[in-house]
Amino acid sequence: MPDADDVAPSTPAVLLRAAGKTFNPGRPSAVTALTDIELTIAPGEFVSLIGPSGCGKSTLMRLVADLEQPTEGTVEVFGKTPHQARLDQDYGIAFQHAGLLPWRTVQANVELPLELHGIGRADRRARAGELLAMVGLAEFGGHRPDQLSGGMQQRVAIARALAERPRLLLMDEPFGALDEMTRERMQAELVALCQQTGCAVIFVTHSIPEAVYLSHRVAVMSPRPGRISHLIGVDLAERNEDLREDPGFFAAVTAVREALRGHDVQLPPRGVEVR
Amino acid sequence: MNRAGALGRRIGAPVVFGVAFLLGWQAFVDVRHIPGYLLPSPSAIGTQLSENLADVVSATAASGTNALVGLVAGVLLAVGVAVIAARAPFIEQLLSPLATAVSAMPIVALAPVLATMFSATSDLPRRIVVVIVVFFPVFVNTVRGLTRIDPVHAELMRSYAAGSWDLTRVVRLPGAVPYLFTGVRVASSLAVISAVVAEYFGGLQNGLGSRITSAASNTAYARAWAYVVAAILLGLLFYLAALGAERAATRGRAVRH
Repeated sequence: MPDADDVAPSTPAVLLRAAGKTFNPGRPSAVTALTDIELTIAPGEFVSLIGPSGCGKSTLMRLVADLEQPTEGTVEVFGKTPHQARLDQDYGIAFQHAGLLPWRTVQANVELPLELHGIGRADRRARAGELLAMVGLAEFGGHRPDQLSGGMQQRVAIARALAERPRLLLMDEPFGALDEMTRERMQAELVALCQQTGCAVIFVTHSIPEAVYLSHRVAVMSPRPGRISHLIGVDLAERNEDLREDPGFFAAVTAVREALRGHDVQLPPRGVEVR
Repeated sequence: MNRAGALGRRIGAPVVFGVAFLLGWQAFVDVRHIPGYLLPSPSAIGTQLSENLADVVSATAASGTNALVGLVAGVLLAVGVAVIAARAPFIEQLLSPLATAVSAMPIVALAPVLATMFSATSDLPRRIVVVIVVFFPVFVNTVRGLTRIDPVHAELMRSYAAGSWDLTRVVRLPGAVPYLFTGVRVASSLAVISAVVAEYFGGLQNGLGSRITSAASNTAYARAWAYVVAAILLGLLFYLAALGAERAATRGRAVRH
């Protein structure tokens, strides 16, 4: 993770203070999805949210995306309300389903956000070409999404999320539907993309190794009501394929797993710190 | 090779069946000496068809034009209203019963009323009948297509801070195209049937429906049947054109249910 001194003393990318979300408040069907969430994410920092189903990790990401509104506390994105950040297009988003428009070509799918925000045809084309090259799909611009494999579709979705050079990327289990091999390759590509673009990431996942491999910090969540039970810093060497066999990596995986089981993580192993 | 064989079976089997049916019909009429006013033989119908060919063609063109104009206008109207209906469930709940009621209105009642309302010497009443008949299947299918949208697409558009017109233009309308064409396919045959039937109730004497009624009232049943054959061919032409359009519009996309 970025050391304290290379994080610019600027506004955090994401700030949640005592944030909570209750669905159907005041009714018998009221469900508290999230409570008392405290989380600060620095610019360029990669934070994973991990936890069992129903712990509110997707809801937390959706609060940041302004797809849900908090019922308590505050949420800020680059010092603004999430609503303003959404209007300003400060974040890019990718879901578990690639969600490409099936009647558009791959190229036109990547151009979609640019087109909606009035970028000219030539600029759109150039930017989409650049992005498709970045995700290794330069030759597939003219294809239809259903001609592509699941992993390729997800890469198109990530290219689309990066189209407007967001400083924050929100990802809700984007690799959840992929096979293990594709998944590991996509993780490595995502790490490279994030280093290239320097954007902060909130990454929702079910997979412990995935969270550890990708993240500077892993927020372990527990359900009913959803809250962050542990924040585990993962301080590992350069992220590459060798890392997956590194003892430090296994130690971090163990720490996250222990945290998920509800144990207090004691005597953090080398390379892992619990805050 | 295999594919050509399958295609041959698909076209060949109905053709063989059709020819066998016509031969059986001819034999039945000849052997049992069925009088022509009860059931004309296929050969008698064929003779009438070739003798009146010029008139059959012009009558088919007249009815076909009414059906086509009504179909196009009805589809445009249905899509326009569907777009409005899909914008708010409230509007859809308001419009759908009305559309259902209109679709339940019998042509028998409608055609004479429209012929009186508008000039009986114009094609307009018939075209309005076609519009009304076409409207319902296209409207219902298009509304279904417009309102069935992938939640991921809706959230994505929201994350882009896109307005409701952008959502309609970029996601709803293209997503509704296969549904729209399913409606058009159903409506295409109905358009021909209603254009022909609307002619039964007076007005201009230029189309297939008027020819069928006048031939029948002169007990020229074989001639009436010749025009019926033309009406069947016209209906098939419309259906196949709509089917082709549907195939072209849905090519290269995964079918959503």
